[in-house]
Amino acid sequence: MHINLTLVIQMAVFAVLIWFTMKFVWPMLLGPMQERERRIAQGLAAAGKGEEELKQAREGAESILREARERAGVIVDQAQRSANEILEQARSTATQEGQRLVAAAQQQIGLDAARAKEQLRQQVGSIAVAAAAKLLEREIDARAHEALLNEFAAQL
Amino acid sequence: MAAKQPQIGEYILHHLTFLTNKPQTSLVNFTVIDYDTVFFSVLLAVLFAGSFYLVARKSAAASNSVPRGFQSFVEMLVDWVDSQVKDVYHGTNRLIAPLALTIFCWVYLFNFMDLLPVDLLPGVAGAVGLAHLKVVPSTDLNAAFGLSLTVFILMIYYSIKVKGLLGFLGELTLQPFRAKNIFVQIPLSIVNFVLESVTLIARPVSLALRLFGNLFAGEMIFVLLALLTLVHSYAGLESVSGWGMALMQAVLTFAWEVFHLLIITIQAFIFMVLTIVYLAMAHEHH
Repeated sequence: MHINLTLVIQMAVFAVLIWFTMKFVWPMLLGPMQERERRIAQGLAAAGKGEEELKQAREGAESILREARERAGVIVDQAQRSANEILEQARSTATQEGQRLVAAAQQQIGLDAARAKEQLRQQVGSIAVAAAAKLLEREIDARAHEALLNEFAAQL
Repeated sequence: MAAKQPQIGEYILHHLTFLTNKPQTSLVNFTVIDYDTVFFSVLLAVLFAGSFYLVARKSAAASNSVPRGFQSFVEMLVDWVDSQVKDVYHGTNRLIAPLALTIFCWVYLFNFMDLLPVDLLPGVAGAVGLAHLKVVPSTDLNAAFGLSLTVFILMIYYSIKVKGLLGFLGELTLQPFRAKNIFVQIPLSIVNFVLESVTLIARPVSLALRLFGNLFAGEMIFVLLALLTLVHSYAGLESVSGWGMALMQAVLTFAWEVFHLLIITIQAFIFMVLTIVYLAMAHEHH
């Protein structure tokens, strides 16, 4: 246990060591450490932001999908409804057309029958006159008895 | 065989003697140098500064790379010291943190030399013709006071730099006793100065003696445990009692090494923390 020149040497060595650590070791270690810390914090923040954005995008995509599905449903509904309408319309048009055609045919039949009746009536009149003339063996003056014959024909 | 065994007193004295340029007889003699203390402290300083510098250069050159191995260890240490400093000192002095790191690592390495087998390096030195070798610098009062006096100089320097010479003297003389009357203050100031000087000087002294005392005592235990198998009565490994002594030495030395591992760390830590506290106090205005 003694004090000697070693004390002074130790103090000098210590001073140099402090200077060296302060100048070349500490800042070169702490600087990059702080820089890395900052970068890690940034990375974590970016990851958090990315996650949040992904969540939002997923929600947006889901809502778009839902909307599209709804719209598709509406469109299919509409299409079905209009198809039904068209079918109904076509059916009613066809029915009407059929009825019209039937009515026209019936009218035509009525007209043809009337015309035939008229012809028949006239033919019956002339046949009756011819028969009467044969019976009387003399010719009936057609013009003289026209009024009579017409009245007769109308009665048939 | 018995003649080759050293006497107990001789052996202990051998382990307490430094390798010097000449024998020191008085307590203070500034022409004597402890070669062993200087050699090992410089060696450990180079080991610390060199390895940390290599890591620092690598870290600064490639700040993108992921730290591994020794770099992680160094960074953990730096981060830990930084947080220790920030807990106590909130100013902008850029010296305190590197100083704290230097003290912790250097003192730890000093103390760690104590864990080497107590006769290993002195034995090697003896083989190459050196009579004495003390391998633990912190068991040298010069090394312990070398640290604490440097810290003390920094304390005084920053006290004067921050508070001014008058502020520093005021701190020494105007507390704890204060009087409004100037004629009462003058004798009170003398009392204050005595009290404050003792407080101030006690700091480096306690800092050095605490480290020195712990390590000196620790080393002494290792020396005494080594004596278990070196004394005249030791029967050698031919007898049961000889084996018993050898086994006891091995077990006790191991136990003390484990316990000492804690002590050397705590002593390095205490030296560092107190240095931070003292320097932080030097920056504070009372």
